[in-house]
Amino acid sequence: MTESLVAGSPNPLSHRLFARPEIGATAAAGVILVFFLAAAPAFRSGGSFFTVLYQSSTIGIVAIGVGLLMIGGEFDLSAGVIVTTAGLANSMFCWWFGIDLWVGALLSLAFCLFIGFVNGYLVMRTGIPSFLITLGTFFVLQGANLGLTKVVTGSVTSPDISRMDGYPLLEGVFASNFDAGGVTVWGTVLWWLGFTALAAWVLQRTRTGNWVFAIGGSADSARAVGVPVVRTKIGLFMTVSFLGWFVGMHTLYRFNTLQAGNGVGNEFLYIIAAVVGGTLLTGGYGNAIGVGIGAFIFGTTSLGIVYAGWDPNWFKAFLGVMLLLAVLVNLYVKSLATSTRLLRDSPGKADDA
Amino acid sequence: MALVAAVLVLTACSEGGRVKDPDTGDGTAGDNSGYTIAMITHETPGDSFWDRVRAGAEQAAKNTGVDLKYSNDPDAGKQAVLIQNAVDSRVDGIATTLVTPDALAGSVKTATQAGIPVVGLNAGIDDYRRLGVSMYFGSDETRAGTAAGERIAAEGAKHPLCVIHQAGSVSLEARCEGVRSAVPDTENLQVNGADDAAVVSTLQAKLQQDPSIDYIVSLGAPIALDAGKAKESGDSQAKIITFDLNQETAQGVKDGTIEFSIDQQPYMQGFMAVTSLYLNLKNGNDLGGGEAVLTGPSFVDGDNIGQILPFVQNGTR
Repeated sequence: MTESLVAGSPNPLSHRLFARPEIGATAAAGVILVFFLAAAPAFRSGGSFFTVLYQSSTIGIVAIGVGLLMIGGEFDLSAGVIVTTAGLANSMFCWWFGIDLWVGALLSLAFCLFIGFVNGYLVMRTGIPSFLITLGTFFVLQGANLGLTKVVTGSVTSPDISRMDGYPLLEGVFASNFDAGGVTVWGTVLWWLGFTALAAWVLQRTRTGNWVFAIGGSADSARAVGVPVVRTKIGLFMTVSFLGWFVGMHTLYRFNTLQAGNGVGNEFLYIIAAVVGGTLLTGGYGNAIGVGIGAFIFGTTSLGIVYAGWDPNWFKAFLGVMLLLAVLVNLYVKSLATSTRLLRDSPGKADDA
Repeated sequence: MALVAAVLVLTACSEGGRVKDPDTGDGTAGDNSGYTIAMITHETPGDSFWDRVRAGAEQAAKNTGVDLKYSNDPDAGKQAVLIQNAVDSRVDGIATTLVTPDALAGSVKTATQAGIPVVGLNAGIDDYRRLGVSMYFGSDETRAGTAAGERIAAEGAKHPLCVIHQAGSVSLEARCEGVRSAVPDTENLQVNGADDAAVVSTLQAKLQQDPSIDYIVSLGAPIALDAGKAKESGDSQAKIITFDLNQETAQGVKDGTIEFSIDQQPYMQGFMAVTSLYLNLKNGNDLGGGEAVLTGPSFVDGDNIGQILPFVQNGTR
C-alpha cells in the first residue's frame, strides 16, 4: 500500500527528496555489515572487504542497467547470458580469424548493442511484455552460445586467448587490479562506482532521467506530454546490453577462456540487487545508488556466509533469510520515511500509510 | 565496411589464434551396419566433460557404422521420457546414464521388456544391475574420491577443501565423501559453478577465513582454474588437485600449478558404451563378466602428462 502510494505520486521530485529509495537499502546494508563483522572474524580485514566489493561489482555493474530499465518499467531476462555472449563473440571471432583482440571487442560491443536494440524494438513495436520478449532472447542466446562455441571450437569451452595480440591492453582496461595499502583492488570496483555515479547523475539531474521516471510511471501519460517513449526505452535496453558487454569483457580477460553455458541465472541476481536496493518491480521508482547498495548487500551476504564458515549445505537458506531481512529492513525504514513525509505534507492522510 | 575489412587485413595473423591445420579426417568409417543406437544422458548443456563422452560415442558409431541418436536432459523426469521415446522409435540399443536410477527404472524396464539391450554409463554403478541393465562403463565416484584422498594424505594433506560446484549432486557429494574417508578433516564448500567470478571470490573468501586449508579439491576442470586465480589473489599456499581434464587444466598439470587430475576418461565411457552395444547386437558379446567396467580413476600427473596432453588438446581425453 505504501509502495503504490509512492509510485503513484504525481510529483517524483518531492519523494526523491523526502524518501530516497536507497534509504532503506542503506540501513539494511548497515545491519548486515555489522552482523557479519560480529559473526565472522575473518570478515574483519581490508582484504576481505575488497573481495566483497569485487563480488558486488561483477553483479552490480549489470544491475545498474537492469535497475534503470526497471525504473523505466521493463525487464531484461537476457542480461545474464549476454555477458557470456559478449565474451564468446570477442574470443571466438578473433581466434577463428586470427585478428587483434580489440577489433573483436569492438565488434562484440556492436553486436551486444544490437541485441539490446532488438529487445527494445520488439517490445515497443509489438507491445508484448518485455518479460516474454527477453525470455525469448535469453533462450536464443543461451542456445547460440553453446551451439556456436561447439561449431567453432569443437568443445563447449572457448579457446584460451591470452597469447593473442592486444591481450595486455584489454586486460589492463577490463581486468586489472592494483595494490592499495596491502589490499588488492580490482578495476571493476572503480568502474562499478563510476557507472553508478554516472547513472545516478543522469537519473536525478538530466532530462533523460526525468523521461525514465515518466515512462516507468505511466508510458501513456509520458507520451502525452511529449516524452520520446520508444527512443528512451530502446536506449535503456541498450544500456543493459552495454553493461553486460562490459562485464563480459572483464570475465573474458580475467579468465581467458569461457564456459559457453555460464551466466544463466545471473539475470535474477541483477533484478534482486535492483529490488533489494529499493527499485519498484512495477516501475517508476528507484535510483542507481540504491541498486549499487543492493548489489553490495548481495555480495556481503554471499561471501559473509563463507567468512562465517557456516555449513555450506545451508548456504542458499542463509542467503534467502539474509535477503528477506534486507528487504524487511528496507521496507520498514521506507515506511518510516514515507509516513514522516505524509504527515508533513498532508496530516489527514497519515492513517493510510 | 571497407574500414572493417582494412582493419581485419592489418591485424590478421595474431599469435595464439586457431591453428589452421589440414583436415586429417577421423579415420576410416566402417560400413553401415544398419543398427540405430540411442544415447541418453543427463548432460547439462555447456559442460566440456560431455563433449568428450559424445566425441567417444560418435567415433565408435563411425567405426562400427552405427546410426547414433544422442539426446540429453538434466531433469530426471525428462530423461525418462527420452528413454521412452527411444523405445517407441524402436532403436536397436540404448546407452543411458543412470544418475537418478529410481526415476529412470520404469523407462529402462519397458526397454528391456521390448528386448532392447540397455547399457549404463557414467553414473549409476550401484543400481544398474537392479534395473536390468546388462553392462556399465564408468567410474566409481566414492572410490575415485578415496583414491584422491589417499594420495594427498600420503603427501601430507591435513585440511583439504572440497569444492562442490553444483548443489545437490549425488556424484559430487560422493567424491567429497571419498576424500573425507581418507582425510577426516575435509571440509566442503558450495560455489555457483555458472559464474567464474563468483567461484573465485567465494574461494578467496574461504581461503582468507581458514588459512589452514592446504589442499583445494576441485570436482570439475573449470573450477580448478578458478581455484588457481583465487589462490593467486588470496596469497594462499594451498595445492590444487582436480577431477576431470580440459586443455587448460592439462596445461596446469604440465606447468605444475595443478598437482594432478583424477580422470574418469569420459571419451572411453561413450566409446565403450556404443561399441559394446554394437558387439552385443552383432555377435552376442558382453563385457565385464557381470561386473562394472571401470574407466577411472586414472591419475594424470607430471609423470604421464607429456603423453596425455596431445590427446586432451585433441578433445578426446
